[in-house]
Amino acid sequence: MEKDQVAITGGLIVIGGSSGSLDALLLMLPLLKKDFHTPVILVMHRNTTTGTALTELIASRTHLEVKEADEKDKLMPGWIYIAPPDYHLLVEEDGTLSLDISEKVNYCRPSIDVNFASAAVAFKEKLTAVLLSGANADGVEGMMRVKKYGGKNIVQDPQEAIVPFMPEQAVLSCEVDMITGAAGIAAILNEL
Amino acid sequence: MIETDEIEVLLEEAAARHGYDFTGYARASIRRRIETFYIKGRFRSFDEMKQRLMSEPGYFFHFVEEITVNVTEMFRDTSFYKCLRQDIVPVLATYPFIRIWHAGCSTGEEVYSMAILLKEANLLHKSILYATDINQSVLEKAKTGIFPVSTMRLNSENYIKSGGQFDFSTYYHANYNNAKFDHSLSERMIFANHNLTSDSSFNEFQLILCRNVMIYFNKELQAKVTVLFDKSLESLGFLALGNKETLRFSPINNFYKQVDSKEKIWRKTR
Ligand SMILES: C[S@@+](CC[C@H](N)C(=O)[O-])C[C@H]1O[C@@H](n2cnc3c(N)ncnc32)[C@H](O)[C@@H]1O
Repeated sequence: MEKDQVAITGGLIVIGGSSGSLDALLLMLPLLKKDFHTPVILVMHRNTTTGTALTELIASRTHLEVKEADEKDKLMPGWIYIAPPDYHLLVEEDGTLSLDISEKVNYCRPSIDVNFASAAVAFKEKLTAVLLSGANADGVEGMMRVKKYGGKNIVQDPQEAIVPFMPEQAVLSCEVDMITGAAGIAAILNEL
Repeated sequence: MIETDEIEVLLEEAAARHGYDFTGYARASIRRRIETFYIKGRFRSFDEMKQRLMSEPGYFFHFVEEITVNVTEMFRDTSFYKCLRQDIVPVLATYPFIRIWHAGCSTGEEVYSMAILLKEANLLHKSILYATDINQSVLEKAKTGIFPVSTMRLNSENYIKSGGQFDFSTYYHANYNNAKFDHSLSERMIFANHNLTSDSSFNEFQLILCRNVMIYFNKELQAKVTVLFDKSLESLGFLALGNKETLRFSPINNFYKQVDSKEKIWRKTR
């Protein structure tokens, strides 16, 4: 299988969020620099009926290219991929994406844990995981995986998060490299 | 932590030893399933698990049943079923005898949904629904026509959203935890074990449904399996895929036309 060298050598950012995370994202995304190069995957818990609305909303707030992820999509620099409703989104070692309709994990599909864990295996120390506001602990186990494989974890400051539970759990249970507000996260990502 | 190489070796040896070839599966999902199996089995090492899988065929079949993803529901993707009901079933009605293949049918919810559509169009008596899967235990479940009563609310809602006009509960008898579907629906079904990676075409159909199965395959295997479907479809037959699947990258794409801009149903044009 041919590989996308740029994406593979360049690293990957995975962002997970649940309730309250949309605000943080809409603040963060416009702050990403013009020539932002690293592909970004967004895994958001949402109502399955919202369909393409989230993709359109995100696209309206960033100059990066945005698409709902399809299976076999090759991660490209400067693109944001959004996990489609009702599928888990996984990252393959060849830098492509896969969809999986298996059981919900902690009542979630897409599951942040599943996404982060697969991305950790595929991108190892070139992975940066970001966890935003939310009311459950999805993403925490994924972040443990990220660390096991040498990646970086960034967590939204629980004091800033609209629903602090999810970032709090991450801070309590896993090794976190940075705790900061949405604007701070954007600044860090710009430096990657 | 399981190494990527360990997975590769396991899949290759399993193909050689047992004839089940998972080497064409996308790795991230199958790796996750194997990891779960490994942890549940409390093995001391990956090698110990592999040894047991290679030496005990019965245990290997159990492994196959555990690593396949069997999640399904009735009338999943209601707009898809609406399209089947309104646009495809009327075409099928013009044939003297209707043959349908559900490839990767899992526990059979999709097959029962199809049977209900056909029955309501008064076509079931002249139809035959072949339903195949690689996982024997889901096939056994499908044959019983018994589903958890707890899923009936969702099934019934899906049925109505997809255009169903009758009282869904007339299709089954509920007791305690189970809902047993009417024998008149399952009468026209044939369940059989069939492996899409290695088994060949076994009949010609007017409609093949293979939904949420090929998302687990790599591009090469997807191409190979769509060619198998092409061989198994009559001219002007229909091929239905899952919501996030497409024929666009398949070698057979040129001979197919999508029947609806949204729904994942293609018609063979030759
Ligand atoms: C997610 S289920 C899809 C069920 C149903 N078609 C639906 O969309 O709701 C996928 C099914 O494909 C089966 N499967 C996986 N690999 C297969 C193969 N090589 N040949 C036949 N069936 C296979 C699995 O055992 C599983 O039951």
